[in-house]
Amino acid sequence: MTTEVDAALDRSYVQLDKVTHTYGRGERQVRALDETDLRIDKGDFIALVGPSGCGKSTILKLVTGLMEASTGYVFVAGREVGAEPVRVGMAFQNPTLLPWLNLRDNVMLPLKIVPPFRQDYRAKRKTEFRDRIEALLTQVGLAGFGDKYPWQLSGGMLQRASLCRALIHEPQLLMLDEPFGALDQFTREELWAIMQELWMTHRPTVLLVTHDLKEAAYLANRICVMAARPGRIIDDSVVPFARPRTVAMSYDPEFVSLTQHLRELIVSARTTVEAQS
Amino acid sequence: MSTEKRRQLASIALIIGFFVVWELACIVFGIKDIVLPRPSQIITTLVTRFPAILPHAIPTLVNTLIGFALGIIGGVAIGALIGSSRLAYDVAYPLLIGFSSIPKVAVVPIFVLWFGAGFAPAVLTAMILCIFPIVVNVATGLATTEPELEDVMRALKASKLDTLLNVGLPRTMPYFFASLKVAITQAFVGTVIAETVASNRGIGNLMMIASANFDVPLVFAGLLILALLGVALYVLFAVIENRVTGWARRKDEFAGG
Repeated sequence: MTTEVDAALDRSYVQLDKVTHTYGRGERQVRALDETDLRIDKGDFIALVGPSGCGKSTILKLVTGLMEASTGYVFVAGREVGAEPVRVGMAFQNPTLLPWLNLRDNVMLPLKIVPPFRQDYRAKRKTEFRDRIEALLTQVGLAGFGDKYPWQLSGGMLQRASLCRALIHEPQLLMLDEPFGALDQFTREELWAIMQELWMTHRPTVLLVTHDLKEAAYLANRICVMAARPGRIIDDSVVPFARPRTVAMSYDPEFVSLTQHLRELIVSARTTVEAQS
Repeated sequence: MSTEKRRQLASIALIIGFFVVWELACIVFGIKDIVLPRPSQIITTLVTRFPAILPHAIPTLVNTLIGFALGIIGGVAIGALIGSSRLAYDVAYPLLIGFSSIPKVAVVPIFVLWFGAGFAPAVLTAMILCIFPIVVNVATGLATTEPELEDVMRALKASKLDTLLNVGLPRTMPYFFASLKVAITQAFVGTVIAETVASNRGIGNLMMIASANFDVPLVFAGLLILALLGVALYVLFAVIENRVTGWARRKDEFAGG
C-alpha cells in the first residue's frame, strides 16, 4: 500500500484519494463532494469548471487545508495536507485587501507571516522585500501604485494587487477561486494574459475554480469538469494549445470546439440532475 | 469645501442661537434666577468664581481620565477575548448585557463600602460606565471579520495572534473609536454620579453643595464646565479617530494626510 502511494507521489504534487466531503449532520446532510480521485503534477495549471454547488470550491478548500475531508485522504507534496510545509497563495472573487493598508503593505502581508520570510521581515521590509513587491506590481501593471489605498483603485486594479499578494511569498500552490468573476470582459481578458505570464515566470502549481469556460481553456493545462448533487468530476481533459496563448486564439476552431465540448458536458450533467429531481 | 464651511457656521449659529433664546426667554417670561439662571449670569459666575471651581474641576477631570483609561484597558481585553471566539461571544454576552443593564448609580454605595468615599468610587464608577460600549464594539468588530479574510490568513498558516494583530484589531479600530466617543462622555457621567453621592471634592460635589445653598447659577456653572470638558475630550478623540481610521470613511482628505 505505502509503496503504491509513494510511487504515485513521485509524479503528483497534489493527490486526492477517494475523498468525500459532507456538510451538516443527520437528515440535513448534504454531500458536497462524492468520492473523488484527482492528481495534479508539480507546476501544472488545473481548472475546475462546473455549475454552482458542484464542489469546486470544496476541492480548493480541501487542498488548502481550510476544510477536512469527511473520508479519504488529501496529500500535498507527499504528505497529508496540513502537515506539509508548503506555502499557499489564495485569491478570491472579492479582492479582500485590507482597507487600512496601502497596496504595498497589503502585498507585504504574507512576507510578514510566512516563514522563512517572516524571520527577515524587520531587516528586509524596507529594502529587498520592497523591491520585490515593486517588481511584482510592475509585472501586473501597477507600477507606482504602491502608496495608493484600496478605495482609491478600480476593481481590476484591486484584483491585480490581490494576485500579487497571492504570489509574493513564492507559493508552491496557488488557489484561485473565481478571481476574475466580478470583472468586466476586457479587464478579465487583460488579467488572463497577466495570470499566464505570472504562471510562466513563477511556475506555481495552480488550481483555478471558474464558471468561465473560455477562461479555463485560455489559462489551464488541464480542465476538470464537475457535476453537481453530488459533486464529482465527470471529465478531465488536456488543453493542447501552445503558450503563450492570446485572446485571438480563443476564436480558433479548435479552441471553440473545446469550449463547446465542455459546455455540452456541463449542460447534459445539469439536465440529468433535473430529470432525477 | 464651501458646504463644509457652511455646515460649521450653521453649527456655531445654532449654539449661539440656543443661548440667545434661553437668555431672552428668561428676560421675557421673567424667570427667577433660582429656577433657571440666564446664560450671561452662568458665564459671569463661572469667570468670577473660577478660582473656587478649578480645584473641583481638576479632580473630576483626573478621575474621569483614569477611569476612562482603565475602561479602555479592560474593555479592549474583554472585547478581544469574547470577540475572537464564537463560543466566548455566545456564552459571555448574556452576562455582559446583565451587567450593563444595572443602573450604575446603584453600585456607587458598594464601591464606597469597599474602598471608602473619595477617589476610588469616582474612578471605578467612571470605569464601569465606559467599559461596556468599548467591550461590545471591540467584540462586534472582531466577530464580524470577513470569512474570506480569515481564509487568506489560515491559508498562510497564520497563528491566532498573527490574525488578531494584522487583521482583527486594525479592522476593529473604527468600532473602537466610535465606542470611545460614547465612552468618554459616559466616564464623565460616572465620575459626577460618584462625586455627588460620595466625595467631598469634584464638580459633582460642588453642584450638590451649591444646590443645597440654592446657589443655582453655580450649579449651572458646574454643568457648563462638565459640558465643556466633555466636548473638549470628544473632539480630541474625534481628531485621533480621523487620523487613525480615516480609511473607513474613504475621505479624499485622507489621501493627503
